[in-house]
Formats: sequence, C-alpha cells, structure tokens
Amino acid sequence: MLAGAPAAPIAQQGPVIPHFERASDCIRENGQFCFSWFVDNFDRVFVPRLVEHIWLTGLAVGIGFVIAFTAALVAHSLDWFETPFAILAAFLYTIPSLAFFQLLVPITGLTVTSAEIALVSYTILILFRNTLTGLRGVPEDARLAARAMGLTKGQILRRVELPLALPAIMAGVRIATVTTISLATVAAFIGVGGLGQPIFNAIQSGFKTQFVAAGLLAVALALVADALLVLLQRMLAPWMRARRA
Amino acid sequence: MNYSDTAHPTGPSASPGGAAAAVLAFHEATKVYPGRRTPAVSNLTLEVPAGEICVLIGPSGSGKTTAMQMVNRLISMTSGDVTIDERSIRDLDETELRRGIGYVFQQIGLFPHMTTEDNIGTVPRLLGWPKERIRARAKELLELVGLDPDDDLRRYPAEFSGGQRQRIGVARAMAADQPLMLMDEPFGAVDPIARDRLQDDFLRLHKEVPKTVVFVTHDIDEAIKMGHRIAILRDGELVQFDTPDNILAEPANDFVADFVGADRGLKRLNVWRLGDLELGPPPDDPAGPTATEETSLRDALSLMLVEGKERIVVVDEEGRPTGTVALDSITRLIGPDEKAVAR
Repeated sequence: MLAGAPAAPIAQQGPVIPHFERASDCIRENGQFCFSWFVDNFDRVFVPRLVEHIWLTGLAVGIGFVIAFTAALVAHSLDWFETPFAILAAFLYTIPSLAFFQLLVPITGLTVTSAEIALVSYTILILFRNTLTGLRGVPEDARLAARAMGLTKGQILRRVELPLALPAIMAGVRIATVTTISLATVAAFIGVGGLGQPIFNAIQSGFKTQFVAAGLLAVALALVADALLVLLQRMLAPWMRARRA
Repeated sequence: MNYSDTAHPTGPSASPGGAAAAVLAFHEATKVYPGRRTPAVSNLTLEVPAGEICVLIGPSGSGKTTAMQMVNRLISMTSGDVTIDERSIRDLDETELRRGIGYVFQQIGLFPHMTTEDNIGTVPRLLGWPKERIRARAKELLELVGLDPDDDLRRYPAEFSGGQRQRIGVARAMAADQPLMLMDEPFGAVDPIARDRLQDDFLRLHKEVPKTVVFVTHDIDEAIKMGHRIAILRDGELVQFDTPDNILAEPANDFVADFVGADRGLKRLNVWRLGDLELGPPPDDPAGPTATEETSLRDALSLMLVEGKERIVVVDEEGRPTGTVALDSITRLIGPDEKAVAR
C-alpha cells in the first residue's frame, strides 16, 4: 500500500465498499485471489486478525483443557460422575455455534467472554472423553506392578497413568485445537475479531481475495498448530516410537 | 524393617547380595472373599527359611496366588497373620511393606513409557536414592540378569523380547535389595526354551543373591526344579509341604501322587545328580558312556539305555574318570530302600 493513502483508516474498519486504491487489474476485476494484494496487505489486514485468532483459540483450548482434565480425573476415581458430565458436555457440543454466540450476547454482551464461553464449551466433550479413555486404557499389569511396588495412588496417577494416557490426551488436544480454530472464525459474528472478521467483511463487500485469503490463513493456522502439537507429543512421549529392533 | 537409604550404607558397590534374606511365616492365614462361603485360603501355616525358594503349587482355584498376595497385602487377610522376620505385616505401612518386597508376575508389568533404567529404578527412586546410585545399581542388575548394562539401559520395554522383559522384571524386583521376593508364575508366558534358560539363570542368580522367594506355579516340573521346598495346595488347604525329593518319594495322599504324576519316579531322577550318589571305584577300562558329577540321574539313565550299558563312567572336568555309577544303584534309589544309596 502506498504511504499516506487517505482511505487507510476506513479500510482497517472493514469497508462496506472495498477501497481498491491504485489497484492492479486483478483487484479491479475482483479476481478469485490476487496474490500481490495479499502480500501488500498482509501486515495491515491479516496479522492483527491472526494474532487475535491464535489468542481466542489458545485461551479456549487452555480453559477447556483445565475443566475437562479436572472432570476426567474426578470421573476416573468416582464412577458415577462420568455419565452426568458426559451428558452435559455432549449437550453443549450439540448447540449450533451461531445460536450459541447469539444466545450469550444478552448475558455477557459482545465480548471475548461470550466467544470464549461458547468456544470452551465445544472443546470439553472431546477433551474429557479422550483424557478418560486414555486413563482407562492404561494396561492393568502396569497398574498392578505399580501397586505391588508400593506406589501411592497419587504416585500411580502421576508416574504411570498420566504418562501412559498422554497419547490419547494429546490426540484430544489436537482435535480440539483444529476444531476451535475453525469455530473461532464464527466468533467474529459477535465482533471479537479473529480471522472471521475479514471473512465476514468480504462476504458483505464481495471482495473475493480477502475472503479466500482469510479462509486459507485459518486452514494454514490449523495445520501449523496440529504439526506443532505432534512435535510436542513426540517430545513428551518418546517411548511411543520405540519398537523392537 | 527399614528399607530406606541408610539401610545400605555401602551403596551399589557392595556385593549384589546386599540386604539379608528374610524369614517368612504364615500363621493360620485365612482369606474368605466376600460373598463366598468357603475360604480361598484356609488356616495356612508354613515357614520359609531365609534364602530359600518356596514354591506354592496347586490346581487353579487352590489359593496359591491368593496366599502369595496376602504377603504384600495386595489381598487383605481375613484372619491369621503373616510375619516377615517375626514382624507382622499388619504393623507396617502398606506402601513401606511393598517397597520392601520384590514382585514379579507373568505379565511383568514393565512401564512402557520408561526406559530400562527408570523401570529398574522405580523403588529406589521412591526410597530417595541419588541418581548416580540408581544408575549404578541398574547397570549392576542388568549384568546380573544377563543383559547389556550400557546399551539396554536406555531402551524401552517395547524393544525387548518376552524373555528379556522378564529378566528386566526380575532385576526391577531386586533393585532395592529387597530381602523377600514374590514371583507369580513369572516364566509362564515365555516359550519353553526361553523358560528353561530363565529358570537356570534365576537359580544361578539366586545362588549369588540368596533372597527368600515365594514362587507360584502350576507346573510341577518347574516346582521341582525351582523349589527348595514345595507347598501343595488344594481348595485353599495346605496338603503337603516338603522338599521336592520327599514329595516325589512319599506323596502325602492320592491327590499329591496324582498331581505330581505317575512318572514321579523319573521326576525324582531329575532332582538328583550323579555326584549325590556313592560312586563306585574308577574303572580299569574307561570305555563306555561318560558323564560328569553334575549330570542328572535322569540324563544318566537315558544315556545307559541308549548305549545299552549297565554302568556309566563319571569323569571330572578334564575328562579323567573319577568313579562309576551302576544302573542298579539308580533303580535302587527310586525303589523302596532308597535311603541306603544316598550319600
């Protein structure tokens, strides 16, 4: 973008009528994807949204993990707890996302809190299920060995059960993260930013490049986040790759 | 009992034996499972002297595993008592008790997410040993059970064969110099050849490190091979408790005779070595089959039958004849007047 272009502040708000400036042919014809515009406007249009998106996702998965993990630990030792919590989590999971955001607006307003309540709710079912499955999948012989060697219940949980449940837990975190990255675009509906913002703007303005670029960025973000989580899992569970030579 | 660090002031450089073996005694120990009328173990009374291997054997449902698991309180006794060095296991904290007793079972239960070093170091870590000492101990034990003390230390359980895993399981059960070891069908899941080698190696190991061992099996041949004494259980009752030789020679009743098998005479020959017999003078003519003092009577008899001879020449390690054993001294041994023959 040229320095001192007069319409820049308006464009940042998301113009109703796209401001094409001294645009290329591609932009003037509203082509499917104008790469040079994308590169020129990346820092201004997309980076802040990308940062917001990462923040929305990270917060949602983080809070969701704390809640689901705690609930799974409780369900692991108190059998009766599993069913009611699973029903609650499944109920939250089935609420249509747009409706959920809309429902929250009268209560918590057009705020990040509203967005997070909905996003967190969607992570809980998968994180709860996977953590509990992981804990239950710990081989009985490892548990017996731990007990017979004089580990306390807490030591068995920390040193044996949780490490062995880690692959299942991480699988849940991966699914929750990718799902949340996708869902968080909808959160722009209540005006909390993220990559959904340029998408909503582009839907209204018909500016195809912005629409495609924001969508692709969301997909790329999901792929990168997933790859990073795979790396993290390999670091945390090196034994998973050990096989008899 | 105190198995904490201070109990081993000499550290891992001390002899692998370390802590002394313990005397284990059952005193009318009884277990009745809730909802059952008949006890799983009923008034079990027996004493295992320090450093001996006591085999618990019986058909399934005889209560052998239950009896063993009462010792480390994996199963709680209904009545009676179990003492280790005259201290009741009831007086000890459950975790402290278990940290002082090695436990090996068929499924081994190695932790798949831990290296060999960390698996072996589980109890030492609980006892607060420093890292270097745990490593040194793990290396020492790996060598003792016949694995590579350097290479195998960093591997994960998935990288080992079943037999190797069981060796690591045994090493783990000895890590903190536990004076008592419980083994629940430890070699039941490995193939016969590996099992035979594991048994031999464990017996050699036990000679070096004579812990008190309770060994559960349903295999009478394994019991005869491994046990200093065998306790035969049936429906929770102790039927006979004696040395393998005495059980084979004089079964207490038809059940035991049945259980040890119709070939108990031949099985007895496995218990005896040529060196256990009164040898005849070395022959002038050393021709014919030869064997060492370590050869079992069963193998010696087989050799005589195969070669069609009635006498076998016993030779030393250099192959020099030291004596002879005649066929009839073997047949007399398993016959009714055996006591006269034994040295």
